[in-house]
Amino acid sequence: MIYLDNVAGTKPDERVVEKMIPFLKEKYGNPSAHFYPLGREAFEAVNEAREHVANLIDATPDEIVFTSCGTESNNMAIKGLALNDKYKNKKHIIISEIEHFSVQNTCIKLLNEGYKITKLKVDNNGQINLDDLKKSITDDTLLVSIMSANPEIGTIQDSAAIGQICKEKGVIYHVDAVASVGHQKVSVKDFNCDLLSLAGQNFYGPRGTGALYVNKEVKLTPLFDGGFQENGYRSGSENVAGIVGLGEAARIAKAEMDTYVPRMQALGKKLMASLEGMFDFLHITGDKSKRLPGHVSFWIEYIEGESLLLWYSLNNIYGASGSACSSNILAEDEDDLAASHVLTAVGVPNDICAGSMTFSMSKYITEEDIDKVIEVTPTIVTRLCEMSPYYNKK
Amino acid sequence: MAKGPYSDKVMEHFMNPRNMGEINDANGVGEVGNPACGDVMKLYLKISDDGIVEDVKFKTFGCGAAIASSSMATELLKGKTVEQILELTNNAIVEALDGLPPAKIHCSVMAEEAIEAALKDYYVRVGKDPKIVDEMKAKIKDKVKH
Ligand code: FES
Repeated sequence: MIYLDNVAGTKPDERVVEKMIPFLKEKYGNPSAHFYPLGREAFEAVNEAREHVANLIDATPDEIVFTSCGTESNNMAIKGLALNDKYKNKKHIIISEIEHFSVQNTCIKLLNEGYKITKLKVDNNGQINLDDLKKSITDDTLLVSIMSANPEIGTIQDSAAIGQICKEKGVIYHVDAVASVGHQKVSVKDFNCDLLSLAGQNFYGPRGTGALYVNKEVKLTPLFDGGFQENGYRSGSENVAGIVGLGEAARIAKAEMDTYVPRMQALGKKLMASLEGMFDFLHITGDKSKRLPGHVSFWIEYIEGESLLLWYSLNNIYGASGSACSSNILAEDEDDLAASHVLTAVGVPNDICAGSMTFSMSKYITEEDIDKVIEVTPTIVTRLCEMSPYYNKK
Repeated sequence: MAKGPYSDKVMEHFMNPRNMGEINDANGVGEVGNPACGDVMKLYLKISDDGIVEDVKFKTFGCGAAIASSSMATELLKGKTVEQILELTNNAIVEALDGLPPAKIHCSVMAEEAIEAALKDYYVRVGKDPKIVDEMKAKIKDKVKH
């Protein structure tokens, strides 16, 4: 099996799993009960994890709030600000049109609360325009929320420059860094951001774990009412094993990123160049250079994405497709088959179901894996072209 | 085979589509598309003088369900009379494929529409009014209701 859907979630590192197991078995104390050894052990493990996560993104441990995933972190950041009295006079939020649904849909909810949302356009490479951003910020602007990298097209934004603009204009800046953490250097200091979301599953940690960085100057109203866990920001019993796993993943990423990232980058470049050389009707999506390491996304004229995805999977190569046809195959009705908002935003024609594919690598991918993808692609594409009523018309 | 959203039958037809291609001397060609998802299916029929489907081929731009529906439709069409093929509904295609996910039923509807379009083209070519197809379809639907 060649697993190339790592933006959907990476394989947990063996060391992460090992570190978690005792906290699922004998070390089952509740971190809130730290007056006896069993509870204290859990409490200390959670705090150690907090240090590792903070260390990975250049923050301090008291700025880290553990959550259940990237979606929760994004919700907590945006709704938490909007609910807070401190910011009640500001009713404008700026996002981009390629944000994750957890950012987009959270903002749509806020429309009902009287917020105005500006969605910045992106160019064909998926980059926002910094001048547009500057012009969009008004006295009413509370928040700018722009992801650091888009999982579907791989494009990396200039988060540091965005942060600089936000700082100068005095608006709060949230970064959805779920796709980036563990794959590119993410530093809340370099980014000049106030809030940053990350998720364990995206960098060899366990699924269902996440964190939000909250700058000390920022006030958030918690989404859950309850006790005082996580500094009062997120009440509810901690997922101790998950947090320990997330911490270990952060520790490993910090120590080893410099080794695996360049390798992934080289393999990504190789795959991209080979694919591009194969057919003149294959088009790379996203920014060719400013992109996540080992991220290759493309669409092919005359071919529909789901068929492509299925054929790769029959060759034991697992990627993702943003085509409408594969987007929500288990939906109850066809109206739910909407083309990807990201592909539409970067100008992939949506009058046909674009044959889009995303291959995202992990540190476990080898050169042989990539060679296999390169080897099977011509057969798959030729086969689907032969079947396509469009192809002949070329 | 690992269970996905599609039945084994759908996957089998997707992997080995029957009757894929074009017929140069077809006497009924229908091309239909679904504007919602962009699927396009082109069906070629070769109908004999006594009104029997001698040969049938297809070309499809579409998802797994669309390709499997096209392939299954061609299988069900071969050897049938013009009247018989009009009775072929999308339900029959879905059934023959051991089902499709709800959001993918429209891919089989496209196959039914392609058959209709190809037959209309056939009637035009043999100098008859293609409206016959609609009338026959209406009659069949009526029969099913009663
Ligand atoms: S090809 Fe788009 S849903 Fe069937």
